[in-house]
Amino acid sequence: MVAASLSTPTAAAGAAPGSWIAALLANATGVASAGADALAPSRSRAAQALAQTPLPSRRVEAWRFTDLAPLTALSPTLLSPVPAAQPEVGAGSLRLNLDGHSDPLAGISLPAGLEPIGGDELNATLGQVLAATGSAELWPVLLNGATARNVLALRVRGPVATTLELVSDAGDGEGILPLRLLLVLEPEASLEVLQVHRSGGANLTSFVLEARLGEGAELRHGLLAPGAETGCLLATVAVEQATGSRYSGVSAHGGWALGRLEPRLVQREGAAHSALKALQLADGRQISDTHSQMVFEGPDGRLEQLHKAVADGQGRSVFNGAVQVPRAAQRTDAAQLSRNLLLSDRARIDTKPELEIVADDVRCAHGATVSRLEQDELFYLQSRGIAADQAARLLLRGFCEEVLQELPEAARPWQPLASLLGEQGR
Amino acid sequence: MIRPDAPVLLEIRDLTARVEDQPILKGVSLTIRAGEIHAVMGRNGSGKSTLSKVLAGHPAYTVTGGTVLYKGEDLLSLEPELRARAGLFLGFQYPVEIPGVSNLEFLRVATNARRAGKGEEELDTFAFEDLVRERLQVVQMDPAFLERSVNEGFSGGEKKRNEILQMALLDPLVAVLDETDSGLDIDALRIVAGGVNHLAGPDNATLLITHYQRLLDVITPDYVHVMAAGRILRTGGKELALELEERGYDWVDAELAALERTPAEVG
Repeated sequence: MVAASLSTPTAAAGAAPGSWIAALLANATGVASAGADALAPSRSRAAQALAQTPLPSRRVEAWRFTDLAPLTALSPTLLSPVPAAQPEVGAGSLRLNLDGHSDPLAGISLPAGLEPIGGDELNATLGQVLAATGSAELWPVLLNGATARNVLALRVRGPVATTLELVSDAGDGEGILPLRLLLVLEPEASLEVLQVHRSGGANLTSFVLEARLGEGAELRHGLLAPGAETGCLLATVAVEQATGSRYSGVSAHGGWALGRLEPRLVQREGAAHSALKALQLADGRQISDTHSQMVFEGPDGRLEQLHKAVADGQGRSVFNGAVQVPRAAQRTDAAQLSRNLLLSDRARIDTKPELEIVADDVRCAHGATVSRLEQDELFYLQSRGIAADQAARLLLRGFCEEVLQELPEAARPWQPLASLLGEQGR
Repeated sequence: MIRPDAPVLLEIRDLTARVEDQPILKGVSLTIRAGEIHAVMGRNGSGKSTLSKVLAGHPAYTVTGGTVLYKGEDLLSLEPELRARAGLFLGFQYPVEIPGVSNLEFLRVATNARRAGKGEEELDTFAFEDLVRERLQVVQMDPAFLERSVNEGFSGGEKKRNEILQMALLDPLVAVLDETDSGLDIDALRIVAGGVNHLAGPDNATLLITHYQRLLDVITPDYVHVMAAGRILRTGGKELALELEERGYDWVDAELAALERTPAEVG
């Protein structure tokens, strides 16, 4: 915490976290006055709420292990990233670049089945999934709402064969990059989305995705977020599912001074399928955090959740997996597994399942393991001529690949493992 | 094949070792020349598996005395990976499952490490695939196993075949095969033994560690050593294995008891 506040920029805000918010809001409002936009009313509401909400401190349960110091050390300004080099777009993908201010759809022809949502409908829809998942008042959501300048909102009809790549790169600039996304999947629609969020410096990437899945709809959602030593990521993924829908989220984040992902899912009438597979890495003095929440509001719902974490150096990994099964959610079948790899004596892993089960006819399994690299596995590789450090790397990769290989095919050119382990030049 | 003038590949002298505080090896001596096939037999707990792990350098075992020369050089001071690169191979009794690491990549990295140890060039992905497909035939293995994670979900027989495939790729000078026959049905045993016979030649040597005669019906040893309580009690030809099969291990117990009554004779 001390080290972080030493590097606080000249905005003189770092001393008191509240004034960091005040400075940010002043800066954000200044930009907003340039012209009216669709988000203006909700932005000012969020700004008011944010100004009145104390900064999450470690006395609050949801932030007990996650110190915001790396965030309040950032410049409280809005960031305009410059375009960065990217891998080529694959044949089956449509890539949309998100920079927080320009229209990502400008000059783009959307494939059949995708259309933008705008006007009154956008205003009526935006925020509904946040409300349905109890996410509207989350601090990262307020921060995003108070600063986001535009929203990418898409409706999906029928099966869409093209993978939608939503990409941002905060680069090495200072400040905050707020991104807001809305996906509405009509009944029986299906879509694959890959989000890639990168950073190379002292900035915050803040995104909020709302996704509404109609009956029988399917969303395959990948998120790859390799960070920077001084960068922060605050990500909220709110998903509302109708019966018969399938949401499959695969995420990987790591390398951020502070990286926090909050998937918040609700099955409104149950009888839907939700899958969450996640990998998070923390090395150096990084914090990697996932707070997930799954709520079943009706019977016959399913959840398959695998959360994997690697902590090395003095890194800190935090996982909190909430699953709520109220009385209405009979015959829920939920399984949650947290598997953690501790690679250093000074790293720390906090993992906590949080199951609230009221219904009596349910299957809810959960488990957590924390281990080091297996000596027998290391020796087996060494006995085949593979040096100890290379053997350790192979085992680490094996641990990570179980999740990474589930990312959409379009993730491959982004080199998920190498980017997360910092093994590729930027 | 016994040739008295063949070069000595492995020379074990008075080797003692412990795991945690438990002494297991209590003075093992054994000389292996090129071209020879040795079998070490003995009951569970006699120390024969420990011998194989100590030779390969397993970190759980501490050598407390004695020497092991490999091609005339000190083996015990080498890290496990350097022993392997120099041509020592351990076939595991319980091959380890490594989820998430593809068998093909594992085999390629291992093969290239050994090739580097022999001063040969590394094989690129394509050249390696050709090699591995050819060597698969030694153990009649389905190429589909290459795409899976190392040993993960393999049956006992598949794991042992995968061990012999590794042996075929790594081209060892001394192969130590720890209970390679355990858990194999007759067909799998024949395939695995066929692989070992195929790979045994005048320039390399094999040390079979086994509990049963049945492996020695298909791989004919030049020497059979009977181990008990951390020592080699007796050494003979292949007829010694047959004798064990007939008489069981009871006489070993008697001989051991006699030895322990007169400890001065030991060592």
